[in-house]
Amino acid sequence: MEETTFTKRQVLRKSAISFAIFILVGFMVYFGYQWVKRQPKIAGAPRPLRESLNFNEQVSSRLFDSSRLVKEYPVSAAEKKVRFNGSDGLRDSVNSGTWRLRVVRSAGDTLQISLSELKALPKKEIVFDFKCIEGWSQVTHWGGVPMKTFIDHYRLGPESQLKYMGLQTPDKGYYVGIDMPSALHPQTLLCYEMNGRALPLREGFPVRLIIPVKYGIKHLKRIGTMFFSNEKPPDFWAERGYDYYAGH
Amino acid sequence: MKTIVKKHPLAIRWFHWINFPVLACMIWSGLLIYWANDVYKITVGGKLLFKFFPESFYKALNVPFRLAEGMSWHFAMMWIFAVNGLLYVLYTFLSGQWRYLLPNRRSMKEAWQVLLHDLRIRRFEQPFLKYNGAQRIAYTTILVMGVGSLITGLAIYKPVQFGFLTWLCGGYEWARLEHFALTIGYVLFFLVHIVQVAKAGWNNFQSIITGFEVKKPAADTKTTDKH
Repeated sequence: MEETTFTKRQVLRKSAISFAIFILVGFMVYFGYQWVKRQPKIAGAPRPLRESLNFNEQVSSRLFDSSRLVKEYPVSAAEKKVRFNGSDGLRDSVNSGTWRLRVVRSAGDTLQISLSELKALPKKEIVFDFKCIEGWSQVTHWGGVPMKTFIDHYRLGPESQLKYMGLQTPDKGYYVGIDMPSALHPQTLLCYEMNGRALPLREGFPVRLIIPVKYGIKHLKRIGTMFFSNEKPPDFWAERGYDYYAGH
Repeated sequence: MKTIVKKHPLAIRWFHWINFPVLACMIWSGLLIYWANDVYKITVGGKLLFKFFPESFYKALNVPFRLAEGMSWHFAMMWIFAVNGLLYVLYTFLSGQWRYLLPNRRSMKEAWQVLLHDLRIRRFEQPFLKYNGAQRIAYTTILVMGVGSLITGLAIYKPVQFGFLTWLCGGYEWARLEHFALTIGYVLFFLVHIVQVAKAGWNNFQSIITGFEVKKPAADTKTTDKH
């Protein structure tokens, strides 16, 4: 290794400079961290962290192919005991006869679609690894109308040109916003069946969203209203510090 | 007059000290995330040996119910962790520093001798200035682990877009376990690293800040530096 000779003073000076920079940068890191934590919160996350989540979203939506398919499994691989998590938006009673999916095309122009009308559309089944943002996952089996089929059938083409789809439960107790490419993903379903039977109440009877390219927080149970927007629709968990995109 | 020996290039010192707080933040935020689904444990013959982690541990560190906070830090710092790590690898290979880092034919034997020495079983005078065999193996392993954390991390973060990586890791749940195990590995490495640095003394420690070591006038043929 390279050797050099210096006076004692010179060596001391070199060390002092290095240590001064080391300590200075150390303080900067510490105060930088404290600064981030002190920043005003935007939807539950300090501004710089919220901005970095949004930056990641931009990177994802620019670099990635949003039509990539999620891996599917045989029906036999599906879990019979489906894990239940979260009942926000499900506290009212619901009646499948009177329930309607309200699709807001524009102000004062709302479609009302019944369960039997939905069931009359072509059905698709999917068995995939459902992933919760908490970190667990489960292979589960769902059936319903592909969102794309639904949009085409009800001639919602112009609305689907907007950037986002918003969904709410009938009581507005739970709500999500979905970027349109994910909403129109071929595996996204307006789902009315689990394991080949009608959805259980706690799984979102009569109709829920199944969107395999997103974490479970986006799979809204018991859809009441659907609308379209260029602004990000309100999102229950994104208001509580989570990533808005929450996609895979 | 003093003779100094150049040991760590400026770039490597920066990479090292940037990585320290960044990795600390990744481990801490990772713990906040892990808590939300803390399923890993060590069992021997059906008997629980250790649960990752005991409630008291979470409580002491104020971990519970901070998943969103953990994710937001984790997915911000991941960029710095990845870029700093990649620059370190690039620099190490382009500058020729890899010659000091990668294990060679002697490293295995030397690492064994270092281990015996450290366990006070047999004395071993280290003939090299920069890294001994044990260090070469340890620091190269940590580099490979860093790459592993990136791969397993991407496999969990974007399992659809990086489906190939998820498959490579043996699936989503395996990837998460591997990501976790690597983190435990960093913590164990850190503990050993700290003990070794403390044992090696001030002259060695200050070289990762100043870049050089001062050669002792009497022992100009034998420098016993490590770590």
